[in-house]
Amino acid sequence: MTYIIYISFSFMIVGLFLAAIRFIKGPTAGDRTVALDTLTTILVAGLFLLAYLFGRIIYVDVALVYAVLGFIGVIVIARYLEGAL
Amino acid sequence: MSTLFEIIGGALLLIGSVFLFLGGLGIFRMPDVYNRLQAGTKATTLGGMSLILGVGFLMVETSWMWMAKAVIIVIFIAFSNPISSHALARAMYKGKRYPLITSKDENMDAYKEIVENEKKEEDS
Repeated sequence: MTYIIYISFSFMIVGLFLAAIRFIKGPTAGDRTVALDTLTTILVAGLFLLAYLFGRIIYVDVALVYAVLGFIGVIVIARYLEGAL
Repeated sequence: MSTLFEIIGGALLLIGSVFLFLGGLGIFRMPDVYNRLQAGTKATTLGGMSLILGVGFLMVETSWMWMAKAVIIVIFIAFSNPISSHALARAMYKGKRYPLITSKDENMDAYKEIVENEKKEEDS
């Protein structure tokens, strides 16, 4: 059971690094915002896995709040890029 | 000896992590904003949902609070991720970044004329 957790963590962290590279070198603001959206979802899942690994349910609440804040941030940035804000 | 819930949870965990990796790879490799939206949002939605449900299944024998909170976050992700990707795609299109279309089909760019007509009406 422990090996499955480690394999999942390694896959997830490689995906996190690839999205972070796109977040750093994206040509426009739109690319960076797309990468930020992906990073938020991957980090929410990662917090869930970390909560299971440490056995603490308080990290799940942190993941829920982070998901809400990331969603609001992406919506606000998209409205700003559209020119409606 | 592992129970049935642990087997289901482990399988969901592996599927979810592989899809999260594919989402990151698509964000890194795709050539266009719209392709990146497609790869990053859809693959990440499925991966995150199945990974969170997998953790909920792993802890379902210990406490029912994990499964309840997992279901809450899964419903929230299923609502919020398409909304944010739709808002981003509309913002990119109204910001004059058209997709890299190579075909000659003019019906694919029907929305372009609507946006340009709105611009002309605002200018006049």
